[in-house]
Amino acid sequence: MATGKPIRLFRNLSSKIAAIPMILTVLFVFVGGTAWTVTYSFTSSKLLPKTKFVGLRQYERLWETERWLVSIENLMIYGLCSMVLSLLIGFILAALLDQKIRFENTFRSIMLYPFALSFIVTGLVWQWLLNPDFGIQKIINGLGFTSFEFNPLYNSDIVIYGVLIAGLWQGSGLVMVLMLAGLRGIDQDIWKASRVDGIPAWKTYLFIIIPMMRPVFITTLVLIASGIVKLYDLIVAQTGGGPGIASEVPAKYVYDYMFQGQNLGQGFAASTMMLLAVLIVIIPWAYLEFGGKKRG
Amino acid sequence: MTITTQSTGQPSVEVRDLVLKFGELTVLKNLNLDVYEGEFLVLLGSSGCGKSTLLNCIAGLLDVSGGQIFIKGNNVTWAEPSERGIGMVFQSYALYPQMTVEGNMSFGLKNQKLPKDEIAQRVARAAEILQIEPLMKRKPSALSGGQRQRVAIGRALVRDVDVFLFDEPLSNLDAKLRADLRVELKQLHQQLENTMIYVTHDQVEAMTLADRIAIMKDGLIQQLASPEEIYNRPANLYVADFIGSPSMNLIKGKLSGDTFDADGFAVSVAGYDFSRQPSSNEVWFGIRPEHVELGEGSGPHFEVTAEVVEPLGSDTLVMTRLGGERFWLRMDGQSRVTSGDKLTIGLPVHAVSLFDGRDETRL
Ligand SMILES: Nc1ncnc2c1ncn2[C@@H]1O[C@H](COP(=O)(O)OP(=O)(O)OP(=O)(O)O)[C@@H](O)[C@H]1O
Ligand SMILES: [Mg+2]
Repeated sequence: MATGKPIRLFRNLSSKIAAIPMILTVLFVFVGGTAWTVTYSFTSSKLLPKTKFVGLRQYERLWETERWLVSIENLMIYGLCSMVLSLLIGFILAALLDQKIRFENTFRSIMLYPFALSFIVTGLVWQWLLNPDFGIQKIINGLGFTSFEFNPLYNSDIVIYGVLIAGLWQGSGLVMVLMLAGLRGIDQDIWKASRVDGIPAWKTYLFIIIPMMRPVFITTLVLIASGIVKLYDLIVAQTGGGPGIASEVPAKYVYDYMFQGQNLGQGFAASTMMLLAVLIVIIPWAYLEFGGKKRG
Repeated sequence: MTITTQSTGQPSVEVRDLVLKFGELTVLKNLNLDVYEGEFLVLLGSSGCGKSTLLNCIAGLLDVSGGQIFIKGNNVTWAEPSERGIGMVFQSYALYPQMTVEGNMSFGLKNQKLPKDEIAQRVARAAEILQIEPLMKRKPSALSGGQRQRVAIGRALVRDVDVFLFDEPLSNLDAKLRADLRVELKQLHQQLENTMIYVTHDQVEAMTLADRIAIMKDGLIQQLASPEEIYNRPANLYVADFIGSPSMNLIKGKLSGDTFDADGFAVSVAGYDFSRQPSSNEVWFGIRPEHVELGEGSGPHFEVTAEVVEPLGSDTLVMTRLGGERFWLRMDGQSRVTSGDKLTIGLPVHAVSLFDGRDETRL
């Protein structure tokens, strides 16, 4: 109908024009770059990209490589533990801080300091702290507990947990601050009502407050998850992937093959796998989150 | 300063010498209050006078700094809110947003480990009383303000308690809904016959709902009496000024013998029922706009000039000047007065209130 409503495309025209540069960037850099990467993952590119297609050969090789399998396993362990623990630690700290304790500002700043450090610094700090000759083990041995042994970075079975400690130390402060903001947003009358109802505090948190904080939890989860997938610099600074290949992660695999192993095809195949994994997680979630609402 | 009248029945809630401090700030100062079994008591006062604080102390949501609280004869000063036998309704409703209406009403009971059929029975009964049966499966976000407040009342109702505490439950609602729910609350009280303590700063709510009203100011109760008593015989200048809209006309002057005299206006108060002698000859003369007689009545009368006329439909407010002060009259809505008109008014002595000029209490 020509006489009816204005055409939808022209509504909010100025803001749409303002968004064009961003849209172009997204299209060319993100989508274009991704498409390019995926395409060249099917070639036998070595130092330079070339269009000699070899089908799924790069992927077959990838999944036969011990180092890739270790990387995936490490990422899963690190990801799961870091997700659960940093939410848990962050929330508990925030709940404690929310009890209107004194020195709240001081404590909050202390908890946030690690977040201001780069992963490289964090990694180095914890490399020292976990070093059996200088760090925690040495101190506790010095206190008389000579049989105490805590040496994760040199034990390939538990090295990833050593990395996890550093990661949690760095990330929990941010989670805590986000959770605290969420807790502060809760109407105090809710707490009063639950006290009059005789509901114990832990139950109030579990069944009333946490469900109310759903948006905060989603934001936090996205932040933590993106940190997990990108896990790279912490490893480089703390273990360099060692001992052996015991603490390798996918992002490091990609980087090493693309820029050091001079095997672009293999690097592209690995990064395509990472993209696939992220999509497998995101698509069902987005469907639940946004698709479900229209029906309900 | 506290004047207590009409003591019937057993005390249900007793507050003894209650003191509450927030750091340096003393909000409640040795406050005493008796609420009788089945009584509807309204705490009325301006913002920040400590009404909510008092209610929260009775509920056990604040730790008192001194004094004691008894509910049904038990000392509950240090008891948990859930053990005091109270139910509470908040201004912001404070419903649990992720639970259905039914969940909201039953969550506390489930936590008490009551048998399932008992819970179902209590919830069903409350839902019936409040007429919210069709809403039971909805979440609070899908309810209107009035419906939410009904659910909040329902959540207090299922607790099967003796004392209900309301903290400005209607003030987030629009005027029409507020009037409707007010009537329903009154019916609810008549039906349940529980003790109710109700905080508000709305005079109309207080006058219509209360068996007794406690007027608070700065953490003290200024007067605790029936609405009629508060309206007709305010205990002090603050109460006289606070109640009524427009409030009581108050003129400061001198009392010599039976004659009140202020700035060119003298009136005889012969026949006034003095409860005590004034501490000096300085007194306040007060009369409500609606008690001023029009025309030459039996008593003394005066000539005044209408300065401002405010037609309200049901009645008309007229501002005049008497004894140098603004003096309001309430007239019939149909009367045709325009500013500049001369009016003759009478001041019947039985409707007059006199207050001491020093301590501002009623004479
Ligand atoms: N948690 C608190 N910390 C410090 N001061 C407080 C606190 N709660 C209330 N106050 C102070 O106590 C006084 C009484 O507050 P209260 O909430 O009881 O007032 P109110 O009579 O309920 O007022 P309103 O009608 O606005 O609800 C106010 O001066 C307020 O600033
Ligand atoms: Mg209040």
